[in-house]
Amino acid sequence: MFAEKACSLIKELSRCEEGLPPYNIELVKEVCTEIKQLHEQNKEDGAIVANESEIAGNVNPLYPTLRIGSAAVKRNIRCLLAYHYNRLRTLRTMRWQFGSILPPDIKTNLSSDEIDWFSKYSSCLGKYMRSIGEDGLNLCLDLRPPKSLYIEVKCLIDYGKFELSDGTVLLLKKDSRHYLPRSECEELITQGVFHHIV
Amino acid sequence: MLPSSSYQPNYFSIEDILATQERTPCKFLQDVPRMGKLNPSAEEKDLKVGTELELPLWLVLDGAAGRQLILAPELPKIYREAYREILKADATAIDLHKFNLYFYELGSYIKHFDRRGDVHNILLHTFTTRFRLIMDLANNADSDPTIQNKLDTLERRLFKDGHNARMKLNTWLLESGIPLKAASMVDNHRKRKRVNEELV
Repeated sequence: MFAEKACSLIKELSRCEEGLPPYNIELVKEVCTEIKQLHEQNKEDGAIVANESEIAGNVNPLYPTLRIGSAAVKRNIRCLLAYHYNRLRTLRTMRWQFGSILPPDIKTNLSSDEIDWFSKYSSCLGKYMRSIGEDGLNLCLDLRPPKSLYIEVKCLIDYGKFELSDGTVLLLKKDSRHYLPRSECEELITQGVFHHIV
Repeated sequence: MLPSSSYQPNYFSIEDILATQERTPCKFLQDVPRMGKLNPSAEEKDLKVGTELELPLWLVLDGAAGRQLILAPELPKIYREAYREILKADATAIDLHKFNLYFYELGSYIKHFDRRGDVHNILLHTFTTRFRLIMDLANNADSDPTIQNKLDTLERRLFKDGHNARMKLNTWLLESGIPLKAASMVDNHRKRKRVNEELV
């Protein structure tokens, strides 16, 4: 059946809702070969149909074959593009949720082009955020309206040293509690290092 | 009769791609040379006129469009008279997930194959009857978790969105200040890692 492989790429994606399956380079290559073969066949058929219809003037028997062939090519291309596009969309959301550094086990699931794209996107976003206002604005902060300047947080993992903007260095250990300015720790909460205690 | 070649809701939609992959019965109106492999039960090289096959919807849609029809589509069994009667009797009692994962998406294509509009009506009827059930579920999710498994993809999405909105409203009403939370992807990623570690 045509485009079966391309569809299994899409199925892989739909199975993990939040997160990315490993980039399936083999299947992508196989789909590309299928497209090439179909395209070659279509070109031959197309040439025959174009030649003969001039002479006979009526409908060529190969015409339906050509239609089905071209539908299969279109379908394959759609699946392939959708696969890559939807992966990039997830990757973009990841930049906002994980920050500019991805956990290593997610990174292993990406193709080298995707890693490239991620670092480019990251630097574009960084450049944009620095360009807002006089000395930049971090768009990842204050996603919810703040109620107080300081909040109490509990550290969930052994994070190591963490420097505040006033220069104090904190040692973040698992299960330690801190009372910190909200703006300093919001990003760490999003990344799952801190737990906000209400 | 058939929808034009625009893609719903968009070209890259995963759900639309999966819905158009579902098999639909159809009958060939013309000989198709060299496409014998579409019919796995025959070994001839060419596909003869009058062959009846179940093909993926995207192929059927393409073959049934344009000036020259290659094939005539037929209704898949879940949209036929017998099943329509079941849906008419009580749509809320049905496990739509078992009917088809993409009941509505597929239906919105299939309805163009049915000139009398019965499929169109049954889709609307099914949705309006079941909508109250989904709304009720979304607002009181604790009642019966197994009932969620009876929803098709569209309904499940509605349920999830409704449920999230309800939860947000509840936390807002109860504690007005929303605590800062880890991003959902980070959260899931950590949970999955924990499971993996336990397995090792």
